[in-house]
Amino acid sequence: MEAVIETETLTKVFAGRGSEVRAVDGLDLEVGRGEIFGLLGPNGAGKTTTVGMLTTRVIPTSGRARVGGIDVVADPTAAKRVIGVVSQTNTLDRALDVTENLVFHARYFGYSAREAKRRADELLERFRLTDRARAEVVALSGGMAQRLMVARAIMHDPDVLFLDEPTSGLDPQSRLALWDVIGELHDRGQTIVLTTHYMEEADQLCNRVAIVDHGRLLALGSPSELKRSVGTTSEVRIHATGDLDALVGELTALPGVAGGEVIDGTVHLYLGADGPPLPELIGRADRAGAEVRDVGIRETTLETVFISLTGRELRE
Amino acid sequence: MTTETIIRPPASPAQAFLALLLRDLAVLRKEIWMFVGRTVMQPFLLIFVFAYVFPKIGQSVGGARGASQFSTLLVGGVIASVLVFQGIQAVALPLVQDFGYTREIEDRVLAPLPVWAVALEKVASGTVQALLASLVVFPLAAFVPATPVDIDVHWPLLITILPLSALMSASLGLVIGTRFEPRSVPLIFSLLVIPMTFLGGVYYPWENLSPLPWLKWAVLVNPLIYMSEGMRLSLTNGIPHMNAGVVYLALIGFTTTFLISGTRSFATRVLT
Repeated sequence: MEAVIETETLTKVFAGRGSEVRAVDGLDLEVGRGEIFGLLGPNGAGKTTTVGMLTTRVIPTSGRARVGGIDVVADPTAAKRVIGVVSQTNTLDRALDVTENLVFHARYFGYSAREAKRRADELLERFRLTDRARAEVVALSGGMAQRLMVARAIMHDPDVLFLDEPTSGLDPQSRLALWDVIGELHDRGQTIVLTTHYMEEADQLCNRVAIVDHGRLLALGSPSELKRSVGTTSEVRIHATGDLDALVGELTALPGVAGGEVIDGTVHLYLGADGPPLPELIGRADRAGAEVRDVGIRETTLETVFISLTGRELRE
Repeated sequence: MTTETIIRPPASPAQAFLALLLRDLAVLRKEIWMFVGRTVMQPFLLIFVFAYVFPKIGQSVGGARGASQFSTLLVGGVIASVLVFQGIQAVALPLVQDFGYTREIEDRVLAPLPVWAVALEKVASGTVQALLASLVVFPLAAFVPATPVDIDVHWPLLITILPLSALMSASLGLVIGTRFEPRSVPLIFSLLVIPMTFLGGVYYPWENLSPLPWLKWAVLVNPLIYMSEGMRLSLTNGIPHMNAGVVYLALIGFTTTFLISGTRSFATRVLT
């Protein structure tokens, strides 16, 4: 694997009044060319700070980071030529229309006016924005604005595209449309680093996922490797009334049940490959005096992995 | 998986700087009537009231040598105050809005040039706008006054002092734009721009302050006084003025200070 991003004990400490926060704490990462690499963690895990350091906007306290072979601290100007960035906030140029946003961006990166226009037209087509080519950017929907931000970020053919919480705040349909765009970029060989606190997003899109919390790397691997690592194969959710804590105690005592907990009034059970079948769980619950309303079973998710690593839910 | 051949043009920081400047000029062209609107009103009213209405209604202004000399000295002062206003409107206010609300600057900072150069580009764009604004004032000053305006252009002075003053105004705009929060914008005007204008030699030559020695020396901290004096040096004869060397020295000194301090605070606002 040819590494496009390498970090060595990358660390960022924010000094506060009398206390300091280690937003990123000795992160070692390698991202290969052509992969979609996910940074998954709850809000405040240090994902955005990590991306900030890799994209020259946050100066590391210590450690090193190279993107496309360029040291981002020593030569930020050269590094900016090989990165494309979609930040969390809408940073589109509101004084310019949709096409101009793309064209001027390419001009900043040295493209001729003609080449810039050609690339802009091509990307508008690919991102289904052609009919909005002359629209003011304030008139775009959230989903369209986000697609335009992605188009702008790849106008100059970056080695790595950084997407910071790209689908945060988007409606489900726009989210799916953006996933399509990301998938298409991946097919064309674009290296992508994305941060997210949606485990479905990491699971669906990423070749490899780094699970981070409190600025530290907790686990790293492909989504399926990570899910296998927790030793469970499925998760059962039981909506029931009654003494749920007692119910969890009883059910987790069964052979093949690796663990369980009550989250928001729902019992979560994590089952191994030899876990009890659903009817047995329901029968047990009944006998324990709980009134079962609904039962769901699904494969182990990255959320399960996060809970097993931290004891907390991802989206707290 | 198909990998596309990447053909990147050799982007240079100078080219990126130029492209950012082109972008600002394109926006200026789009919003040209807004630019004219925000530029014309203040100098027009100043010249209209002081150099047209006052002489017409016989209200005495301008001291011993009368209204004509006052109209003449007002031209230089009004141009200086227009430059300062442009520095605020073309550089400071957009930056305050950017940092506080739109965050567009976060994207501009990702263009392939050093962060300080992004700040300097804002200054360059503000300088161009200030120069354009000063061109708007010349016809106003020539046609609006009721009394003759006695302009005598000293070209070598004008083509050095005017651009230098425009640059200083834009640099001041950078300092202000990187230090004020959106909610304190009214303070920019009430605590900075208005005192600067009234105590900046717009309406009177510096030498004439001699009866008030304390004020005469106190206003020397005001960068606008050197612009007003410099513009009068470049455009008029027979009006008392400051030594030209002092004017150049102060303009260069203030500009350098503003540029250093402004690019520094710009960097601290965009980098963490």
